Parts: sequence; structure tokens; C-alpha cells
Amino acid sequence: MSESTSKHELYQQVILEHNKKPRNFKKIDNPTHFAEGYNPLCGDHLMVYLSVDDKGIIQEISFEGSGCAISKASASMMTVSLKGKTLDEARKLFEQFHKLVIGKLHPEKDAHTLGKLSIFSGIWQYPARVKCAILSWHAMNGAINKVQNVSTEN
Amino acid sequence: MQNMKTRPFDLNAIRKDFPTLSVSVRGKPLVYLDNAATTLKPKSVIRALNRYYKDECSNVHRGVHYLSEKATAEYERAREKISHFINARLSSEIIFTRGTTDAINIVAQSYGRTFLKAGDEILISHMEHHSNIVPWQILCEEKGCVLKVAPVNDAGELILDEFKKLVNPKTRFISIVYVSNSLGTINPIKEIIDFAHAHKIPVLVDAAQAVGHRAIDVRGLDCDFLAFSGHKLFGPTGVGVLYGKEDLLNAMPPAQGGGDMIATVTFEKTTYNVLPYKFEAGTPPIAGVIGLGAAVDYVRSIGFENIGTHEKELLEYGTRALKAIPGLRLIGTAQHKASILSFVLDKIHPHDLGTLVDEQGVAIRTGHHCTMPLMARFNVPATARASLAFYNTKKEIDSLVAAIYKAKKVFT
Repeated sequence: MSESTSKHELYQQVILEHNKKPRNFKKIDNPTHFAEGYNPLCGDHLMVYLSVDDKGIIQEISFEGSGCAISKASASMMTVSLKGKTLDEARKLFEQFHKLVIGKLHPEKDAHTLGKLSIFSGIWQYPARVKCAILSWHAMNGAINKVQNVSTEN
Repeated sequence: MQNMKTRPFDLNAIRKDFPTLSVSVRGKPLVYLDNAATTLKPKSVIRALNRYYKDECSNVHRGVHYLSEKATAEYERAREKISHFINARLSSEIIFTRGTTDAINIVAQSYGRTFLKAGDEILISHMEHHSNIVPWQILCEEKGCVLKVAPVNDAGELILDEFKKLVNPKTRFISIVYVSNSLGTINPIKEIIDFAHAHKIPVLVDAAQAVGHRAIDVRGLDCDFLAFSGHKLFGPTGVGVLYGKEDLLNAMPPAQGGGDMIATVTFEKTTYNVLPYKFEAGTPPIAGVIGLGAAVDYVRSIGFENIGTHEKELLEYGTRALKAIPGLRLIGTAQHKASILSFVLDKIHPHDLGTLVDEQGVAIRTGHHCTMPLMARFNVPATARASLAFYNTKKEIDSLVAAIYKAKKVFT
């Protein structure tokens, strides 16, 4: 791996900015779905809340908790991309994001609807950090599938 | 402890003994500050492993052929070396295990299941590694024993008065760490053992983090059990030592059954082998044991006096350098401390810091260091930890400091 790749890509401005000012960083009152995500390896710990209407559209999505910049930025960007989406679309995005962070989806050549989330494409080169990026997504996926405790180690 | 001739402390020469120190990481020279996770291996250890696999490869205690006898002799010579190294009375008190974790589990399972009963209390401290917590929890669940935890103060020191207060007639076992892997705190282990023995309580010492950095004298300490790993003593992974007093080990049942640990086997009745073989079922990590013997020789050639002096200097230098960084807080500031620097930074999570300093070739550990209750005690999810060994230099500490400043810049 050449020196110029990825480490700097990992901490791009967008990620640093979301870390500094996370979007939708709050608790939703009376959420229809919620789940806790925990990464015992690094202590990242967050809650994801959703408010889904009867048509299956995510009206509101938020998170709170503590973690590293990667987990926080990823959670923040997830809430931005999922707001207004249907649960089916959310599941689809989860699958795409999962493939992206383990290096099985290449945003340049594979079809996807990830949008800005493709910024995490370099992270597969840092296996120890993949879990940080995927944590909030696992929690969200658990929430909409009614699994309320999600650990990256299970 | 036996005297052995030590050579003059020549840092450049010592560094040349460790091939990994000349590895480059992302085009930069490796700065290895993760010695509490594992230490690097000197050439003599690597040569010993190589020699066994190349020239002496065979099983031990089994064959009558030339190679088997040679390997057996080497294997048993390593036991002698380790016995002298920790000043055991008998080499049969040295049991080879897979590591510290395995050694503690053997004591919990064999001694614990045999001699502890419902209501008995096992006393540990708040700064234990998970490997000195969980085996006792498993035992407590099975036997109905109660785990008691002695608190630590804000500096990360054991509160000895509280520890002593927790000792009562129900206390039947104490298991305690010598040097904290997360904080570097050195416990007053001799005082603890003397106090425990005054109350007729046996003590296990987890010496994993102590063994590569200070002389250990099991007879001087009078500990009942002591556990350590080879790989934190500049030796191979996958091998460790359980020291136990002969009478205790003799009274304990085997922890595992299999080959080598038996005297005779019939389907009606099996009799067990003598110490130490009773606790070494199956083919042991032969190369690892021989390599550990070489590691002990190496460490003794440097000498703990030299190691202690150099590491103390590094610790003082590192403490000053890190404290000068704005927004950095040391976790673990015990008076009596080993060369471990655990810290947190304002606004940068330890994992982000770990990734960013790695970019500069600096290897540190980030996370909970297998001491989650201790992290909770200090109200941090994780820390960054630089842990130093005798081959580290002040220049390497400067590299860490420079890498931290670079990381801070990314996060401003």
C-alpha cells in the first residue's frame, strides 16, 4: 500500500466535519424503532432511533452515544441518507454499505445508490476500523428488524 | 537468584539484536511502543526456534531415538533455566502452559474446584486483566463462590486499606496482578502476600506484565502461584508458565487428561504422572519452551538492573513529554509505576489516534486493554497506551509526541 492512499482518505474533511458536528445527534421521543449498537473492541457505543410512518417511510432518524470519529461520522451520514427513505430502501442501502466497507463493492464500477456514503470506500484497507464504520448501520438494521441489542462481535 | 554475567548496556548493540526494529512501516522506521501487548524477539530466540525445527524436530518424553532425547534435554533445560530465573525451589514447580491465561485457568479449575466451596470468597483487584477476572467468575458460577473486588484510587493505585478490609474468614483465595497492563501500577505484592498468609489465604500473582521488566523471586515473595507468558518476556507466543508450590500442586488434580500426564492407564483406573508432567497433558509447545529458555538467557545477559534503570529513565522522559501536550491526560499516575503510559486526548478518540500515529510508523495500543472494569472506573471507553521496553529510545518517544501533534492537527 503506498503511503498516499487511504489514511488521509479515511480522515477526509467530510468525515471530520460530521464528527465535529454530527447531524441528528439526539434522542427521538416515542421512536417506532430503536436499537443499541456496541463494539466491545473499541468501546464504541451508540443508540439509533427511527420514527417510521404507516407507509413504511422513515420520517425521522437519529443517534446518540460515544465513539471514534469514524463511527460518529458514519452514523451521522447514515441518518442524513436514510431520512425520507422507505424501510426497503434502508435495507438495500445497508447491504450496499456493508459491501462497500468490506471492499466487495467498488463505487467506481459497481451500480449503487450510496451517494456521499461512498466516501467510506477506502476503509476496507483498515480491517480494525471497518467495525467502526458499520456499527450504526448494524444498529439501524437491527432496529428495523426489531433486534434491540447489536454487537459487532456477534 | 543465581548471578549471571551481564554485558555493559549498549543500546545500539541491543537494538541490533531485534530484527523487527529495522522493519519500516509505510516508508518510516517502525517505532514499536506496544510492548505490553507483546515484546519483540531477539535473534537468539528466533535462532533457537529455527534450530529446533531444523535440527532437533521430534517429540519429547516419548522416543528413545537420538532426536527425541536431544529435544527432551533441551526442553527440560529450559525448565531449569526458568526455575532459576524466578528462583523456584524445584524445577518441577515450573508447569509449561499456553500462557498466563491458561495458567490462571488451570489454578481456577484445578485448585478452585477442589478446594473452594459455596460461600467462599475470592479476592481480586479492580485493575485485573480479564484473564484474572473471568476464570474466577466461571468458578463462582459453578461453585457458588463470591468474587470480591478491591478498589483503586484516582491515581490507579490499589487502596491497600480497603483491600485488607475485604479479607475476612470467608476469603479463601487471592489472585492479584503484579504490574497493571493498562496503567503500569506496580502493586505492593510482597505486603499483600504477607498479609494473606497471616490469614492463611493462598495467593496467585499474575506476573504477565512484570516478568520482562523486573526480577521475580518466587521464594522471596513466597507467592503460592505465579503465572506469566513467554511472549511478554521476549520469547515465543503460545507458551507460558505456571509456578506453584510443590505441596499445592501435588494436592491438586490434573486440569486436563491425555498423554504424558499419566503413569499408567487401564480402562478401570488411571494413575497420574508426577510433577510437573501431571499438568502437561498432550504434546507441549516444544519449540516455544526452548525459545523461552533462550529468551531467559537473553534477558539475564542484559540484566534487570540495567533494564530497570533504562526503563525508569524512559518512563520519566515519556511522562514529562506527554504531560506537556495540551489536552492530554495520563490515566494511571501511580507513585510506583512500570514503563507504561496510558492516556486520553481531548477531542480525539483513542482509535482515531491509533490509526493516525500508525501512519507515522508509531505502534501503540488503543482500546480497553482487556480491562473493561478499569476503563469504567476511570470513566473512559478506551485509552491509548505506549508501553516501553529496554530497547526503546528517547528518540522514539519524541516520534510518538510528534505523531500526536500531527494527529491533533488533523482534528482541529
